Amino acid sequence: MKNTWIVAKRDLGSFFSSPVFYVVTTVFLILYGFIFSNILSFFSLQSFQSQQFRGMAAGLNLNEMVIEPSFHNTAVILLLIIPLITMRSFAEERRAKTFPLLLSSPVHLREIILGKFLACMTVVGVMILLSAYSTGYLMLVGQPEAGPILTGYLGMLLMSGCYVSMGLFASSLTDNQIIAAVISFGLALFMWIIGWGAQAAGPGLGQVLEYLSLITHLEHFLKGLMDTSDLIYYFSFILFGLFLTYRVLESSRWR
Amino acid sequence: MIEVDQLSKSYGPREAIRNLSFQIKKGEVIGFLGPNGAGKTTTMNILACIMPASSGTARICGLDVFEQSLEIRKLIGYLPETPPLYSDMVISDYLAFAARIRNVPKTHTALAVDRVVEKCSLTEVRNRIVGRLSKGFQQRVGIAQALIHDPDILILDEPTIGLDPIQIIEIRKLIQELAASHTIILSSHILPEITQICKRVIILNDGEIAAVDSLEALTARLRKGDRLFLRVRQADVGTIDKLNALSRVVAVTQQEDEQFVIECEPHANIQDAVAKLALDQGWGIVELTPASVTLEDIFLKLTLEENEVNL
Repeated sequence: MKNTWIVAKRDLGSFFSSPVFYVVTTVFLILYGFIFSNILSFFSLQSFQSQQFRGMAAGLNLNEMVIEPSFHNTAVILLLIIPLITMRSFAEERRAKTFPLLLSSPVHLREIILGKFLACMTVVGVMILLSAYSTGYLMLVGQPEAGPILTGYLGMLLMSGCYVSMGLFASSLTDNQIIAAVISFGLALFMWIIGWGAQAAGPGLGQVLEYLSLITHLEHFLKGLMDTSDLIYYFSFILFGLFLTYRVLESSRWR
Repeated sequence: MIEVDQLSKSYGPREAIRNLSFQIKKGEVIGFLGPNGAGKTTTMNILACIMPASSGTARICGLDVFEQSLEIRKLIGYLPETPPLYSDMVISDYLAFAARIRNVPKTHTALAVDRVVEKCSLTEVRNRIVGRLSKGFQQRVGIAQALIHDPDILILDEPTIGLDPIQIIEIRKLIQELAASHTIILSSHILPEITQICKRVIILNDGEIAAVDSLEALTARLRKGDRLFLRVRQADVGTIDKLNALSRVVAVTQQEDEQFVIECEPHANIQDAVAKLALDQGWGIVELTPASVTLEDIFLKLTLEENEVNL
């Protein structure tokens, strides 16, 4: 565990000293801010109208109409942005020929992978935290329900974990960061839209595809629902991605 | 201290090394000498537990490099061919990271960094970013990270490659200082480098050991002269004596019934004489070839490289 942290700390250091992190975070925050302010002004327009026509106000809900959609949009932006964070993890180590330092150190391969995972998750966590000014502001001016917000953030983190584990896997395949980013973006998008095949696939397979889709499980979290099956899905997804990464790196030592 | 037995490694169908066996004693400074692609890096990678061998065993301090690799990694310091430097880090931070990842306790990290910084003469650059350093300094940082946990064994893969002559001399001096207290395995394709630093050499060629000996013994062996390999259809008892009687022949050994190795003085060119004798005696020549002194060929390749460096 100590070694994991040492690896993670070095990676974090290189994240925070590289312009990539700042550019990616800035872009993320600008996009998020634009989307959030749009959703919010649409909501305030509606609530303004509903004040004029009594009776409509009952349908207005801050959680459902502002927070949930903005979480949804965050998930999409993260899908685009996390591959840019994970892409260098192993690809850069290989390209710069620094991997032998880790491999010849008394560190287990799984500690290296976990360390990289932890570092990427921390970066994503920081980004999500920076975007939390929005919900903080809503708490200040309105009375949204805290439960769905908390589960929403948890779901968001878990889904980011899935993106990161796919990203690490993609990064372990190549020494080219661009290729790593493209592969992990493709994988993440595919796992996102895999549920679309559900209607056409018939009842049996359709259910499976629906279950496999990343977005189905996120929706439960955003509604304030914490189901063990969703938790199990996310955890096993992350573990499976890390396991594949382990296999790729282990087998590349033999070649 | 290091025992290698029948070690082989193949990358797909290509065999990088074949059945290497050798021993290295504690405190020894040994050189892997061989042309590029001879299998030096592969052997070192296996010893440094970077990659497993395809077959055979290697033991370091009685520990198997495959089974107990985590234990071994604490005992060795490894400098790969390209020094594993994170170019965006400050040198002292990089060395502190190397110390922590190599199990140096947190309280000793600063001390360990100071020690290697001094040893490798990095004091003036310790607060600079690795990527901005000259190649010579980068190589020294590479050696420093291999030394950081004070390992008993140092494995240095081509430590002077790509450096200018002055830097080469500095690095050699550093390695000679280290040799007093460490077991060092060093690889190079440059002959004089090995002669200056190493007591014993393992010469690799094409994935096989061509020779293991001290340098004096190797050069003496080379000077002894040329060898011819002769195979005939029918030899009699007197064949050896008759071959011996030829002028400029030093020794004749019979390998099998009809096979002989004739050692002669250097540049004697006695093929004609041997052939004539064989024809006269009616032995029937099957084969008459210069016995392959691969060692010489290898040395030839190496000395060519050496000239390049001395320019």
